[in-house]
Amino acid sequence: MTKHLQLSEQGRLKHFLTIEGLSTELLTEILDTAESFVDMSEHRVRKVPLLRGKTIINLFFENSTRTRTTFELAATRLSADVLNMNIATSATSKGESLLDTIRNLEAMHVDMFVVRHALSGAAHFIAQHTAPHISVINAGDGQHAHPTQAMLDMFTIRQHKKSFAGLKVAIVGDILHSRVARSQILALNTLGVAEIRVIAPKTLIPAEVSTMGVIPIHTMAEGLDDVDVIIMLRLQKERMNSAFLPSEGEYFKCFGLTEANLKFAKPDAIVMHPGPINRGVEIASSVADGPQSVILQQVSNGIAVRMAILSMAMHSQGEPA
Amino acid sequence: MPIQTLNIDALLDQLESSIRQQIDSRQLDNPILIGIHSGGAWIAKHMHQRLGIQEPLGLLDITFYRDDFSQIGMHPKVKPSQLPCHVEGRNIILIDDVFYTGRTIRAALNEIFDYGRPNQVVLAVLIERNGRQIPLQPDCYGAHIELPDGQRIKLSGPEPLGIDIQNTAKSA
Amino acid sequence: MSRIIIRQGRIIDPAQGLDTVADLCIESGKIAAIGEHLQASADSQSIDAQGQIICPGLIDLSVRLREPGLSHKGTIASETRAAAAAGVTTLCLPPDTKPSIDSPAVVELIKDKAQQAQYPQILTIGALSQRLAGSELNNLFALKQAGCIAVSNGHAALDNLLILRRAMEYAASHDLLIIYRANEPALSGQGCAHEGQFASRYGLPSIPAAAESIAIAQCLELAELTGCRLHISQISCMQSVIKLQQAKKYGLQVTADVAIHQLHLTEDDMIPFDSHYHVIPPFRSVKDKEYLREGLANGTIDAICSDHQPHDLDAKLGAFPETEPGIASLQTLIPLSLKLSQEHGLSLLDTLAKLTSEPAGILGLPSGQLGIGRAADICIFDPKATWHVDNATWLTQGKNTPYWQQTLTGRVTHTFQAGRLIYQQDQ
Repeated sequence: MTKHLQLSEQGRLKHFLTIEGLSTELLTEILDTAESFVDMSEHRVRKVPLLRGKTIINLFFENSTRTRTTFELAATRLSADVLNMNIATSATSKGESLLDTIRNLEAMHVDMFVVRHALSGAAHFIAQHTAPHISVINAGDGQHAHPTQAMLDMFTIRQHKKSFAGLKVAIVGDILHSRVARSQILALNTLGVAEIRVIAPKTLIPAEVSTMGVIPIHTMAEGLDDVDVIIMLRLQKERMNSAFLPSEGEYFKCFGLTEANLKFAKPDAIVMHPGPINRGVEIASSVADGPQSVILQQVSNGIAVRMAILSMAMHSQGEPA
Repeated sequence: MPIQTLNIDALLDQLESSIRQQIDSRQLDNPILIGIHSGGAWIAKHMHQRLGIQEPLGLLDITFYRDDFSQIGMHPKVKPSQLPCHVEGRNIILIDDVFYTGRTIRAALNEIFDYGRPNQVVLAVLIERNGRQIPLQPDCYGAHIELPDGQRIKLSGPEPLGIDIQNTAKSA
Repeated sequence: MSRIIIRQGRIIDPAQGLDTVADLCIESGKIAAIGEHLQASADSQSIDAQGQIICPGLIDLSVRLREPGLSHKGTIASETRAAAAAGVTTLCLPPDTKPSIDSPAVVELIKDKAQQAQYPQILTIGALSQRLAGSELNNLFALKQAGCIAVSNGHAALDNLLILRRAMEYAASHDLLIIYRANEPALSGQGCAHEGQFASRYGLPSIPAAAESIAIAQCLELAELTGCRLHISQISCMQSVIKLQQAKKYGLQVTADVAIHQLHLTEDDMIPFDSHYHVIPPFRSVKDKEYLREGLANGTIDAICSDHQPHDLDAKLGAFPETEPGIASLQTLIPLSLKLSQEHGLSLLDTLAKLTSEPAGILGLPSGQLGIGRAADICIFDPKATWHVDNATWLTQGKNTPYWQQTLTGRVTHTFQAGRLIYQQDQ
């Protein structure tokens, strides 16, 4: 069902909501397309007219300066017109329904929504109810998915490791609440890595997690042993308030990535983080800034990957009915 | 299966001669050569050698500037354009293999002008054929050929470089 | 009043252990006779029930009619029409109307509307606490006097176990049945799906099965302590079945029901983010479903109900977690019960008992059976008829069912309430 929602009649990408249901070929096509856009940042001319005349709305129900900025940059570099809408949602003010918000924006003749929302399934809902010519890109919905982040992470891994086959990947941190982790797990499995480990205390690991194709582990020593890629997730302060963890200090002692436990991994293992990083909580500064860290490359790759996704999704609109 | 194989060397000779004429008559000081990927780039490489141009050869990939993007779609493997940093005020010799509808050249001009404002752009193509759809035309060519419906010109390369007239795949 | 003879249907009356093909005669609103071939008379009507099943009218322990107060979701008129089409002749209305059923005045209001809708057999369940807020008891005796068949706190939680204990003791002193939905809010939180592989995969806030079974364990203990008559509504998981079984084994007088859709759908059947599958308690795992079915078969679970909750369109339009939970289910009762009977190897007699004689026993009603002289509450259905769930067949105001646009097998053709034909399938 998800697969059919995301693809056009011709099997091209129309909505980008989740990695689920997308083939290895399509994911690879996204990575290959992103390659073409990587060099652009270094050129004097950083714009191409691919999406000229198209209007993209960044519909952010949840605040996020960094994700919104990269989407804005990606759209602008494709010569699209970008509108930013930050819709504050508070528990006390009901405000406009999701559906009404979409309908009002559609009346202004837009071509694409980039949506970030606090509830899982929001992007799906919008894609199902929006006018047929509009594409929806999921910039993060609740705890469900953050597929563009996963793709830029895959792009970064491919840059350094060339092939996904045989790779051992460890994802460390709050898996339970992480839409990034869920999308990464789907992408890594589709692209054919050898093994995915999730490392966290039991409070932060989802029920039945092995059905997602991962191995849950509760110590860094065991979890990082011989891995090629380490992905650190951000720890949110709220977790301490709801008894998921006692303190940041104890978390860092057990699950923080330090130079010492980095040694459990392969010597050429790369260290990744979707950002923003909490130094001294999930990762030591010396590792974040160290030679194995590719965190900053993830950021610059983010623009190229999003340019690829925006242009691929927009392209399917030209298809004959 | 080619209908006719053309004499590639003769065409290259004629093109070279034609370009030299343009350089003289239009006083193209210190020109930059830019070839359009992929066939134009192969031709441009030959011209670059024959004309003994010092400045490095420029390469243009016009995929992102095509006007039929929404029908053709994204080509994943787009080679990035490599232009010398400054086109500002320079004399450019733009080289392609076949001039047909004119849309490729329009896209190429759009892209070049995004980089800066050249002094002049001179268009040189190996073959000019019938079927123009945009009011542009080459300044020099190796040959002008009239083709009936159902035939096209195909360049093969880069080594060895070859040029044929073929039947297009026709739908019933 | 004329006589009506229903001819040659398969009469199944669980209360009498009866399962035979025969004629059944209704006269003056009562069941007058059952026999192989009954005599027609000048003033008698005949209904041909060959190939069909005749059973007592269904008694549904939980049907939300949405009136008073939520008429954008449903009305007493529309939902009782759907109930009649579902073969339901007696239904229980939970207290979470607007206003909640806190006073005899609201009970009277509902009785009036029931009369207007010509569906008199609506049994009201009074609100256990004032406004269902969970801290102060309502005038339970007054509610009983006004006609409430039981009291319940609906889906809302009680403030703490002490309130629950006192409520049970007070209800016991008036011999009132407490209907209790077991849920520990500290564990279920904002959950909208079962804590299992589906919720994990799709990042949905989840409800562990323990939230229900822990609350059941607590209220079973308190029922033991207070001697209160207790009925547990809509259980959904293995651990709840086990706790009930243990309690019954040690002689506790407790009964329980399960919603018809919980016997069929699990988290594996959910379509991602389709709010038609948003229901509380949530669809659990296959193992939980197997325990529910087995629990029903061995008597641990006494009854099946529809847990009918019609919703307006807007309630189901939104990101999954923000949609309102609940399924409209009345007309799926017969087809899904038939399906259960076939799949689990339960006899039709035993299955129909869960919808008729058992609920009657729980509520202390004389109905739910086809004994001679009893009120003629009768359901006639064709077990082989297939029908498509759509606007033409679905009488409920709410279209919120996961079975929308699907084909079901088993359809009610006639429903009699006190001898009056309240539903007949259009030809």
